[in-house]
Amino acid sequence: MNIMEPGYNKPARGLAQKLHMDLPLLTGLLLLSAVGFVVLYSAGGQNEGLLLRHAMRLALGFGLMLMVAQVPPQRLQEAAPWLYGAALIMLAAVPLVGDQAKGAQRWLDLGVIRFQPSELMKLALPLLLARYLGRRRLPPGARRVLVCGAMIVIPVALIAKQPDLGTAVLIAGAGLFVLLLSGIRWWIIAGSALLAAVATPLLWHFLHDYQRTRLLIFLNPESDPLGAGYHITQSTIAIGSGGFTGKGWLNGTQSYLDFIPERTTDFVFAVYSEEFGLIGVLLLLALFTSVIARGLYIALRAPDHFTRLLAGSLTLSFSLYIFVNISMVSGLMPVVGVPLPLISYGGTALVTLMASFGMLMAIHTHPRKLV
Amino acid sequence: MYARISESDRLRDYIRETRLLQNRMFVAAAAVLLLMFVVLARLIYLQVLNQEHYLTLSQNNRISVVAIPPARGLIYDRNGVLLARNLPAFGLEVIPEQVADIEATLRALHEVVAISPADVKRFRRLLKQKRTTRGVLLRLRLSEEELARFAVNRPRFHGVDIVAGVTRDYPLGASTAHAVGYVGRISEDDLDQLGDSNYSGTTHIGKTGIEQAYEDVLHGTVGFEQIETNAQGHRLRILKRTPARAGRNLHLNIDMSLQQLAGQELGGNRGAVVALDPATGAVLALVSQPAFDPNPFVNGIEPGDYQALQSSPDQPLYNRALRGQYPPGSTIKPFVALAGLELGVTDAQRGTFCPGWFQLPGQERRYRDWKEEGHGVMDMTHAISESCDVYFYELAQRLGIDRMHNFLAQFGFGQKSAIDAPGELTGLLPSSAWKRRARNQPWFPGETVITGIGQGYMLATPLQLAVAAATLANRGVRMPPRIVSTIENPLTRNKLAQAALPPLYTVPSGKAANWDTVITGMTEVMHGERGTARGSGAGAAYRIAGKTGTAQVFGLKQDEKYDKDKVPLHLRDHGLFIAFAPVENPRIAIAVIVENGGSGSGAAAPIARKLMDHYLLPSVP
Repeated sequence: MNIMEPGYNKPARGLAQKLHMDLPLLTGLLLLSAVGFVVLYSAGGQNEGLLLRHAMRLALGFGLMLMVAQVPPQRLQEAAPWLYGAALIMLAAVPLVGDQAKGAQRWLDLGVIRFQPSELMKLALPLLLARYLGRRRLPPGARRVLVCGAMIVIPVALIAKQPDLGTAVLIAGAGLFVLLLSGIRWWIIAGSALLAAVATPLLWHFLHDYQRTRLLIFLNPESDPLGAGYHITQSTIAIGSGGFTGKGWLNGTQSYLDFIPERTTDFVFAVYSEEFGLIGVLLLLALFTSVIARGLYIALRAPDHFTRLLAGSLTLSFSLYIFVNISMVSGLMPVVGVPLPLISYGGTALVTLMASFGMLMAIHTHPRKLV
Repeated sequence: MYARISESDRLRDYIRETRLLQNRMFVAAAAVLLLMFVVLARLIYLQVLNQEHYLTLSQNNRISVVAIPPARGLIYDRNGVLLARNLPAFGLEVIPEQVADIEATLRALHEVVAISPADVKRFRRLLKQKRTTRGVLLRLRLSEEELARFAVNRPRFHGVDIVAGVTRDYPLGASTAHAVGYVGRISEDDLDQLGDSNYSGTTHIGKTGIEQAYEDVLHGTVGFEQIETNAQGHRLRILKRTPARAGRNLHLNIDMSLQQLAGQELGGNRGAVVALDPATGAVLALVSQPAFDPNPFVNGIEPGDYQALQSSPDQPLYNRALRGQYPPGSTIKPFVALAGLELGVTDAQRGTFCPGWFQLPGQERRYRDWKEEGHGVMDMTHAISESCDVYFYELAQRLGIDRMHNFLAQFGFGQKSAIDAPGELTGLLPSSAWKRRARNQPWFPGETVITGIGQGYMLATPLQLAVAAATLANRGVRMPPRIVSTIENPLTRNKLAQAALPPLYTVPSGKAANWDTVITGMTEVMHGERGTARGSGAGAAYRIAGKTGTAQVFGLKQDEKYDKDKVPLHLRDHGLFIAFAPVENPRIAIAVIVENGGSGSGAAAPIARKLMDHYLLPSVP
């Protein structure tokens, strides 16, 4: 036990401590889920069945969070290479034996359940990088940064080929956050950014024609007014028409007249903003910010480099989901299929997200070892 | 992992590193906060500064984007005869927002216009996926009577409207069914495959033939209108309009007069005709008989009518020209002969004695010649012109199956011809490797013998036979068959000629004399004293090279005799014929198959002669 952290060698008080739950974080997550239920009741056309299915998915997520929280961070560190290896093998196997859905191969059928290996990679990649960097001298030198780069690029390339560009970007983000937090020098960051800027036109050269058009529509949705651009136009109208106070719960005309696409999943934020206005938006952003703040606090107080890097990366990934989703729905960014965490209906991503919160709680509540 | 952590990694300034990491954490927190403010600023911009604007858009006026489907390209034959056009048609559209009770409206509409269960099913599907168009199509192609009836009853149906559209029409009906194909309503499967907004306003898509193969050329690009509507759904004004770009017109190589003549000549028989221009691969005629009228398929054929077509023993829906696989029979002989010459197994003068049967050394079984008393001594030219089986039994045996397989493959047998129409089959060109693979059995010598006269396992499509004849006419240059010759911009009338295609394959030829021998043999078929098709060659103003063939539909037992009159009609032999003309400068190559026609010379060759006369001779007014 660490004598420098008196709070941690006291015997566990109360149920929350015994269950390795972090109360502030848990409170934030439960409040967000509650908001989610309220919005989904309206967005789903007051469909109880949909709410029930969402509740089951949430229960699964919270259950998984509870289970993961019981695992001491040291065990996670030991398991990291195995998890990464397993995720990589499954990713490589997807094009060979995977299930096809809507032209992209993402699913692996494991007999009992269908499973997206890219979801496992969302956790395995930051785990492996945090372990690799945490055990070595910081900040990492150029050679180690390159090793990390390879660890990131291989799974990201496999996922981008599925093709699932959205998830590929998010996983690359999770990896890069570990690197950035590890104190990597600013000139390496600037150099890599420059290199990426130079490489982009070269990459363009290798793309197929149809991939180019898709990318152009991706960058400029207005060029496809019947497809992606239509979604953006309608969801911006929904948000804007909500005004300061909103139109009131169950009164969003845009959503009820079917103008908002995917209104229970990716575009749920548009429904929320239309009905609850800027006041509701402020409340939601405050809730998100408090969860992020708690996550960063846990990272700051984490006992060692591994847990520090892991907690930081997981929290920043959570923030990334929020920013990407809200920016997309409000027309700041091209449309990418990223749900709003804890608010959007269902989704496999929710379960992964809850597992990552379980890790954060484990980091904060397990007795720390002396290094 | 531990082993690779160096000494310097163990001796680290832990306190300093922790401070570095914590500093980064603060940078991250600052970045998150900054982004929160950016998002918030955007939302304030939308919800506070521009609320008025967006509220107007959402409450009083609604923007809807309406797709304008492009006009589908027209299809013409080589002489400008219109084969596929767009006719104006009126449909019935329901605007769900304005209809209080859709079920009641459907029931009431039923009394005014005919609405089939299929219409209702499609309507419900469209209703569910409705996104950009305001109206949902319920009925297509209203008759004039229905149009009038609805007009009278219109006040009863608020939110139901007549929409003007176009429908695809094939003026020549059955004679283009198999070559041009047809369009049909877009199905759910089609939508899944398309998955893009270019088909937002489109109701039909190419289902078969050229309509399917050239879908992307014929379809064009969708246009759209951004329309402001008020709460009652009335159009206020058009905010933005991008016109649709019509699809391209297609000009085919097919000569409709030749195509129709072929259909007439086949008459009530089942069969197929394929005619090619040997030099270019242009498809001059592609006929499969019986055919069917494609027009009912455009807007959904009645289930009963479809059932009748599908269960008809003549299989009118089946494209025999591309998908019919027949034993080539004696039409294979010129190619086997050429194989013998080119591979040095025989020469033109070598004689084979034909006693009316052939026996493999050491085997009992007799392979019979069609001529019971035998042909006597045959050289190659005579063996071709009189179609002596024994000569080719013996030649095939000396070539062996695998050499025969490799040589015949050069003429396109056993593989797709690369024609620009969907669905062709490969036929079957057997080899010992094939038999081991497909049947897990060794190849028997007797099977080689009958392959020499195009019986046994070997199968070829009419298209493949025409391609092989054209390749022979070209002395080895095999062109990919092409139905479409040019693509035309409907506005400028600029024709984009399809780039002249390179040959698919060129048979490496040893000696011109070898080709001469075979072609002379085929010319003797038509014009020789004892040629098997001399009846069809007689009196021609040009010289023809041809070869008859008769394919057995069922196997004869040893020494059993085939008697045409005793055999039921559907077991009678198929008549086959391949030809090209004029011999000196071939302009047409042709393959004709008449199912159960009895014989190639009797049933198929006369049709080919008429078609060649029609194509090669100046038409008499």
